[in-house]
Amino acid sequence: MSEHVVDTGRRKMLTVSASVVGAVGAAVALVPFVSTMSPSARALASGAPVEVDISKLEPGQKIQVEWRRKPVWIVRRSDEMVSLLSSTEERVRDPNSDELSQQPEFARNQARSLKPEVVVLVGICTHLGCSPTFRPELAPADLGPDWVGGFYCPCHGSSFDMAGRVYKNVPANKNLEVPPYKYISDNLIVVGELEEGAA
Amino acid sequence: MTNKVGGIIGWVDSRLPVIEFWEAHLSKYYAPKNFNFWYFFGSLALLILVLQIVTGIFLTMHYKPDAELAFASVEYIMRDVNWGWLVRYMHSTGASAFFVVIYLHMLRGLMYGSFKEPRELIWLFGMMIYLCLMAEAFMGYLLPWGQMSYWGAQVIVNLFGTIPVIGDDLALWIRGDFVVSDATLNRFFALHVIAVPIVLLGLVVAHIAALHTVGSNNPDGVEIKKNKGADGIPLDGIPFHPYYTVKDIVGIVVFLFIFALVVFFAPEMGGYFLEHANFEPANPLATPEHIAPVWYFTPFYTVLRAIPNPFWGVMAMGAAVVVLFFLPWIDKNVVKSIRYRSTLYKVNLFVFLVSFVWLGYYGVQAVTPMASQMALRLSELYFLFFAVLAIYSTQRSVGYYIMWFIVFVGLITIYDVYRNNPEIAELTWKTWIIPVAYLFVTLIGAAFTNLDQDKPVPVRVTS
Repeated sequence: MSEHVVDTGRRKMLTVSASVVGAVGAAVALVPFVSTMSPSARALASGAPVEVDISKLEPGQKIQVEWRRKPVWIVRRSDEMVSLLSSTEERVRDPNSDELSQQPEFARNQARSLKPEVVVLVGICTHLGCSPTFRPELAPADLGPDWVGGFYCPCHGSSFDMAGRVYKNVPANKNLEVPPYKYISDNLIVVGELEEGAA
Repeated sequence: MTNKVGGIIGWVDSRLPVIEFWEAHLSKYYAPKNFNFWYFFGSLALLILVLQIVTGIFLTMHYKPDAELAFASVEYIMRDVNWGWLVRYMHSTGASAFFVVIYLHMLRGLMYGSFKEPRELIWLFGMMIYLCLMAEAFMGYLLPWGQMSYWGAQVIVNLFGTIPVIGDDLALWIRGDFVVSDATLNRFFALHVIAVPIVLLGLVVAHIAALHTVGSNNPDGVEIKKNKGADGIPLDGIPFHPYYTVKDIVGIVVFLFIFALVVFFAPEMGGYFLEHANFEPANPLATPEHIAPVWYFTPFYTVLRAIPNPFWGVMAMGAAVVVLFFLPWIDKNVVKSIRYRSTLYKVNLFVFLVSFVWLGYYGVQAVTPMASQMALRLSELYFLFFAVLAIYSTQRSVGYYIMWFIVFVGLITIYDVYRNNPEIAELTWKTWIIPVAYLFVTLIGAAFTNLDQDKPVPVRVTS
C-alpha cells in the first residue's frame, strides 16, 4: 500500500474550476426564464396601422383612436390655436423638436404636424405615462390666466401646448410623441405608417 | 430531560427536536419583562400575514387573472360567491392593516433603538420584509383591473423607464408589452400569489431567528442578557410563553375588534383603502381625473413629485426608502431608548414623524404650487433627519457643527436658486426658512446648548 499524499493545490484548482463552470451554467440557465418575460411574439405582432376618417372633426375638436393599445389623439386646431403656438415658443422646453425620438422627421416644425391645423399625438404623458386631459379653453380658473390651451396631465401636473410641446418647469421633460402617420386622402389618416420615402 | 417524554410526542421528538424548538422559541425564550403597548405590533404583523395568506388562497379559487375577465371575476366574488365579499374585504382591509401595523412596528424600532448593535441584521431583514410588502401590495392592487389599478401600475412601472439608457427596455420587460396589459396582469398575479409570499415567509423566519439569537430589546434599551442569575436566566427576563403569548392575545382581540369594524362598516375607508376610481374597469385610453396611490405609498409618492426631473425624482423616492436600511450605521449613539436620549433626538424624531405624515397627506392631494413647494420642504426635512442624526449622534466639535450647518444651508440654497423661476419665487423663499430653521435648531442647538445631552441609562430595566 502506498502512502497517499493529498495534493491540496490540485484539489483546490478542481474545486474552484468546478464551481466556476457550475456558476456559469446556472447563469446561462437564467436566460430563458428572464426572456419569457419580454414581449411575446403575439404582443410584438399586434401593432397594425389604424385608418381614421377626420371629415367630421370640427375645428377645436379632439378625437381619440387606439393604436398599439395606446390612445392617439387627433385634434383639428382652429386658426386661433395655430396662431397661439408662436406665443408659447418662449415657455416650452423644446420649441424646435430637437429631441429626435419624439416625432418623425416631418413633424419637426412649429405645429409638429403634416398640416398645420391637424395634429396627431400619442396621448401618453412623457413623464410617467398617464393620459393627459384636453384643455383647449383659454385661461380657465384652475390652470391660471396664462393658459392658452393645450394638454394637462392630472397625475403630476405636466402641461403641454397645442402642439404637444412640453412647458418648462413641469415633471415631464419631453414633448408628446407624434406617431408615424400619413394622409391617404384629404380626410383619411393612417396612423402607424409613414409616407413612402419619408423618414 | 427531553428523552423522558413518552407517547407520541416522545416518539416524534426522538426523530425531530420539536420540544427543543418549543423551548428555544417559546417556553424558555426569555424576553424582557417591561414590554409595553408598542410591543404588540410584531405579533400582530404575523397574525395579518397569516390572515392575508388564508384569505388570499380563497380569493384565488374564484379570481381570474385575465384582462378580459379579472374585473368581472372580482365583482363575481363580491356578489355571487358565498361570503366572497367578506373574504375580499378581509384581504383588502388586511393590506392596509398590514401597513398600519408595520409602520407602528418600525416606529417602535426608532423610539427604542431596536435597530442598533447587536440587532442590525434584524433591522435589515425587517426592511427587506417592508420592501417585499410594498411589492406585494403594489402587484396585488393591479389584480382587480380597475382604473386605479391600471393607471397606478402604468405610473409605477414607468418609474423604471426613467433610468437612463436601460430604462425603456427595463420597463418593457417588466410589463411584457408596450403598455400595461394582459401579460402584465398575468405575471403580477404569479408574483403576487407565489414568488413574493415565498420570499416574504423566508424573510420572516430570518427576522425572528435573528431576533431569538440576540434577544429582544425593550423600552429601556437595556441588554437583559448582561444581568443573569445563578441559573443563567436573565434577571429581567420572563418566558415568552405563557407571559407574552397571553399578553399578545389581548392585543390580537383588540386588533380584531377594530379590524372587524372596518371590514363590516367601512371597508373602503372613504376611498383610502379602496379607491373609488377602481370601481370602474381599466380603460387604457382614459386616465382618471385625479390619480393617487393607496395611502401607505403616499409619503414616498410626494417625494417623487417634489423633484421635477423624472430620473432624480425616482432616485429621491428610492433613496427615501433605502436610507432606512442604513439607520443602524447612521445613528452612532450607544443610548438606545428614547427615554434616555437627548431632547434634541425627541424633537428630531417628532419632526420626522410629522414630515412623514404630512408628506403622506400631500400624496393624496392635487398638485398646487404651494403643495409642490411644501412637498419639497418636507422631503428635505425627511432626509435631513438622517443627515443631522449622523452628525449629532456622537460627540462633535463646535466647528464641525457649524461647518455642516453651512454646507447644508448652502446646498439647499443653491438648489433653490437653480430651480427658481419668477412664478414661484415668493413661495420658494418663504418656505426656505423651514429647512434652515430645522438645521439651526438641530446643528447650532447641538453645538451651543445642552439639547443634545443624553440621560444616564440604568443598569436594569425600570418597570
